[in-house]
Amino acid sequence: MNPLLNAALALLGLAPILRQPSSAEPAPSTLTVYAAASLSDAFKELGRMLEVDHPGLAVQFNFAGSQQLALQIEQGAPADVFASADPRWMSYASEKGLVDGEGTLFARNRLVAIVPRTNPARITRLPDLARRGTNLVIAADAVPAGRYSREALHNLSAAPGFPPEYDRRVLANVVSEEENVKAVVAKVQLGEADAGLVYRSDVTPAVARSVRVFEIDDPYNVIASYPIAVLKGARNAGAARWFVDLVSSPAGQQVLQRHGLLPAATAAPAASQP
Amino acid sequence: MPAVAPRRGAAGGIALRISAVALGGTLVLLLGLPLVSLVLRIPPADLVVRLRDPLILQALRLSLLTSLAATIIVAGLGLPVAYLLATAEFRGKRALEAFIDLPMVLPPTVAGVALLTAFGRTGLAGHALGAVGISLPFTTLGVVVAQAFVAAPFFVGAARAGFAEVDRKYLDVAATLRAAPGYTFLRVLVPLAAPSLLAGAAMSWARALGEFGATITFAGNMPGVTQTMPLAVYLALQSDLDAAVALSVLLLLVSLTVLLSIRLTPSRLAALAARARRAAR
Repeated sequence: MNPLLNAALALLGLAPILRQPSSAEPAPSTLTVYAAASLSDAFKELGRMLEVDHPGLAVQFNFAGSQQLALQIEQGAPADVFASADPRWMSYASEKGLVDGEGTLFARNRLVAIVPRTNPARITRLPDLARRGTNLVIAADAVPAGRYSREALHNLSAAPGFPPEYDRRVLANVVSEEENVKAVVAKVQLGEADAGLVYRSDVTPAVARSVRVFEIDDPYNVIASYPIAVLKGARNAGAARWFVDLVSSPAGQQVLQRHGLLPAATAAPAASQP
Repeated sequence: MPAVAPRRGAAGGIALRISAVALGGTLVLLLGLPLVSLVLRIPPADLVVRLRDPLILQALRLSLLTSLAATIIVAGLGLPVAYLLATAEFRGKRALEAFIDLPMVLPPTVAGVALLTAFGRTGLAGHALGAVGISLPFTTLGVVVAQAFVAAPFFVGAARAGFAEVDRKYLDVAATLRAAPGYTFLRVLVPLAAPSLLAGAAMSWARALGEFGATITFAGNMPGVTQTMPLAVYLALQSDLDAAVALSVLLLLVSLTVLLSIRLTPSRLAALAARARRAAR
C-alpha cells in the first residue's frame, strides 16, 4: 500500500493551474525557489542545509514543470531563484528580462524507462515498448521531459536491435501525455501505465521500490541540462545567492548526485586532467 | 409625529436599496470582470481562426459528448435517489445526504486519485472490471465517470428540492384515480418538478464541462481520447498564453449558449409569448 500512497501524494502535490502570488508579504528571511519538478527531492534537502547554515532563514519551494514556472514568474510570481530543467525556459526568462544572462548550469539528468514492479506488459528490454497494446505514459510536448523523451525515442530508431520506425510505433502506444514528469512517475507507480519515460533522478528510493528501471544507452539518450539563476526581481537576493552557490558547491553537488543527477558538463573530470 | 415614521421608513428603504445595489454590483463585478477581461484580451477574428483548428474542434466535441453523457448518467441514477430523499424518512438519511454531497467539497485531484484506487487497474473494483474487459483509466469512458462523479451532487440536490416542493395533493389525486405509482412518478411528479430537474441537469452539465482535476488524474491527457477542453486549455497555458485564452473564451461562449438555452426552455418561451400577446392587447 505504501507505494500507492506515495504515488497518490505525488499526484496531489501537482501544482495548481495558476498559483497566485500570496497576499501576505514574505518576511525578508524567506527564500522562495521555483524549481523543476524533477529537482524536488534534492532541492528540499539543499533547502534544509541552507536553513541549518543560516538560522532564521526559511526556504520555500514551488515545484512544477519548468515551462509553467517560467510563465508564473513572468506573471509576477514572487520568486527569488529559478531552476529550470531546460535551458530553453531560462532563455525565455532572460528574453523577458526576468534574469540576467542564461544562468549557471549546475546539473544534468538522463532519461530512463520505468515499468511497474508487477510489469503487467512483461517488458524485458526497451524495444518491447513498441509492442502493440503497451500502455505508455510520457510527459506532454511542452514539458522538457516530454520533448527529451520524443528526441530519445527518435534517436533509438537508428539504434541496433530496435525495430524500424521505433519512435512512431512507441508514440502510437502513448495513452496519456502528462503535464509534469512526476505525474508520469505516479501513473507507473500506481500500475495504471505499463511503462513511462522519466528522469533518472525521478527514481527516488521510495519510487525504486515499486518500479523497474531500463537504462537508455548514452549515444541515444538525451541529457537534460539544468540552469539556475537569481531573478532580477528577487526580494531576498542575498539568500538567493547563497542558494545558487550551495547548489554549485561540492557539498551541493554531492546531494544532487545522491539523488540521481549528473554533474554539469563543465566540471567533467577529463577536462581537468593535467 | 405620524409623518416622521413613514419618512424614516422610506429613508431606511432607500438605504437598504442602495446597499443592496452596492453589494450586488460588487458581486457582478467580481464574477463578470474576469470573464469580460478574458474576452477582451483576444480579437474576435482570432476565435474564428482557432475554431478551424482540428485539434480544438476535437477537444470541444469530446467535451460536449462526455459532459452530455455524464449528465444523462447522473440524471438517470440520481432521479430515484433524489425522490427517496425528498419523500421518505429512514435511518441514515442524513448520512446518505452528506455522503452524496461529498464529491462537491473533495478537491478534484483527490477525486481522481480516489477513482484510480477504486476503478484503476490495480484498484478495488478494477480487477473485476478488467475481468469483463472494461478499463476506465486513459479512456473516454473514464472521462465520463470522472465527470459524473463530481457532477452528481448538483443534480441530486436540485432534484430533491424540486420533488419536495411538489404539492402532495396532486399525488393524492393521482392515487384516488388509481394511477400506478410508476405512472404517477413519470406523468405527474416529474413534469411538476421539471424546472428543478432541468436546473439540476444544467448545473451538473456545467460542472462536468468544466471538470479538470479528476479527469487529468484519473483519465489522463490524450488528444481525441481524454483531452477535454479544460485539459486543452491547461496544456496550451504551458506554452502559449494567447491560445489558452482563446480556448477559454470558446469554452465560455459554448457554455453560455447552452446555459441560456436551458433557461429559455420551450415552456418559458411560451410564457414569454403569452405575456407578449397580453401586452400587445
